[in-house]
Amino acid sequence: MKPAPFVRHVPRTLQQALAMLSQLAGQDGRILAGGQSLVPIMAFRLAKPAHLIDINEIAGLDRLDSDGTALTIGARVRHAAFHGPAVDNPLAALLSYVARHIAHYPIRMRGTFCGSLAHADPASEWCLTAATLGATMIAKSQRGEREIAAADFFEGIMSTALAEDELLAEVRLPLLAADAKFGFNEFSRRAGDFAMASSLVTYRVADGKISEARIGVGGAESSPRRIEEAESALNGQPPGDPAFRAAALAASDAVDPLEDHQTNAEYRRDLVRAVVRRALEHSLT
Amino acid sequence: MTEKTALTLSINGHAHAINVEARRTLADAIREDCGQTGTHIGCEHGICGACTVIVNGEPVRSCLMFAVQAEGKKIRTVEGLADGDTLHVMQQAFMDHHGLQCGFCTPGFLMLAVGVLEREPNISDDDLLDVLSSNLCRCTGYQNIIKAVRAAAEQMRGK
Ligand SMILES: Cc1cc2nc3c(=O)[nH]c(=O)nc-3n(C[C@H](O)[C@H](O)[C@H](O)COP(=O)(O)OP(=O)(O)OC[C@H]3O[C@@H](n4cnc5c(N)ncnc54)[C@H](O)[C@@H]3O)c2cc1C
Ligand code: FES
Ligand code: FES
Repeated sequence: MKPAPFVRHVPRTLQQALAMLSQLAGQDGRILAGGQSLVPIMAFRLAKPAHLIDINEIAGLDRLDSDGTALTIGARVRHAAFHGPAVDNPLAALLSYVARHIAHYPIRMRGTFCGSLAHADPASEWCLTAATLGATMIAKSQRGEREIAAADFFEGIMSTALAEDELLAEVRLPLLAADAKFGFNEFSRRAGDFAMASSLVTYRVADGKISEARIGVGGAESSPRRIEEAESALNGQPPGDPAFRAAALAASDAVDPLEDHQTNAEYRRDLVRAVVRRALEHSLT
Repeated sequence: MTEKTALTLSINGHAHAINVEARRTLADAIREDCGQTGTHIGCEHGICGACTVIVNGEPVRSCLMFAVQAEGKKIRTVEGLADGDTLHVMQQAFMDHHGLQCGFCTPGFLMLAVGVLEREPNISDDDLLDVLSSNLCRCTGYQNIIKAVRAAAEQMRGK
């Protein structure tokens, strides 16, 4: 259970980090952010990177601020930064509610928001958040900078659109409307475990009817995504049990569930229905 | 063997000059290189919390950090809790409420609880329970650990 040898590089600036990444990516070099996924994987020797580029000393990557339309989250911002209100917007309550479901307190002290997205575990709460809210990823490399929409970012289990030499420098999360409602629910067998299914929802209510519904599902498929069929079942309906049940059923019909040794597709489909309904119920509390 | 780096770790206010490979975890460095064996190692992959220490005021899993990353930071371990012969209120509460049996998980629980309560003295009872779910104990069934931490939390707030 000891990681294999590697060489540690400690860039002090983003430019240095990108130069190192472009030089070392081809020699099995990787970014070390919070280390809360990478170090366990290295302890199991599932990964034996030859070089680690430790971004924890880079000033400026800890940016967490809003320009009035989106919250910008830099690569060094830890999960725990969302325990309290991170921005003066309903998004803050959503983020702190979701953050509490990620791993455990000491892990949230080190693990980063951007690291979760780069790692792309299908059950990650931040990946679900990014997919549901339509985050924009800012990828930087020595070749330049590009924006990647959440819908194009997640490519499968632990796989993203980031190139080997790209650093996920920032993520922009759109702010919510002042009257937006949100709800979240996940199912896992023990506190702090990865979710077997999870759902995040946001919507607004105008004249007693739901509009702008976003229903995201995580943990059920190889990547989290919005489920259009469930959103259309919700839009135009009054918030309440009949619409929530219809949307939950539509979501469970629409997913193509992952199967593993303890969960078959049918069971996961049931979980999807339950977590979507519970997330919608949570939106009323 | 890869190259070793010379560095100094500050543990409970004492400087430890050590030579370690980059892959040396902070947990291993604390125990093997600095001889502070109060910090325990259970799983070595972030699940059990036995290795919890406080780094710059933050309770963290020392098996998920490399020793070289802790240079220049203030590390606190279970050895630093008591003041001479007087136990920390958290240690005393664990004794009073039978919060330990074999004691293997205890240093991790102590550093977790002290670390969180120093940061958030007014943490709600629900949140405190959630915090305590971070670490594993194979003996006590947790109830007495929860009792001990709640009692110590009240005392720490009163101070
Ligand atoms: C016991 C335990 C329980 C956990 N439970 C959960 C959970 O319930 N939900 C959850 O979401 N997570 C969970 N995690 C994982 C945790 O949230 C990690 O913090 C997160 O997945 C990765 O973030 P990190 O900063 O620690 O990244 P690291 O571990 O440092 O890196 C992870 C991967 O991403 C790459 N990377 C990191 N940052 C960047 C970047 N900016 N640009 C490009 N590549 C980058 C690294 O090279 C590496 O391949 C758990 C971890 C543990 C140990
Ligand atoms: S030894 Fe660090 S969490 Fe188990
Ligand atoms: S007292 Fe034995 S593991 Fe907790």
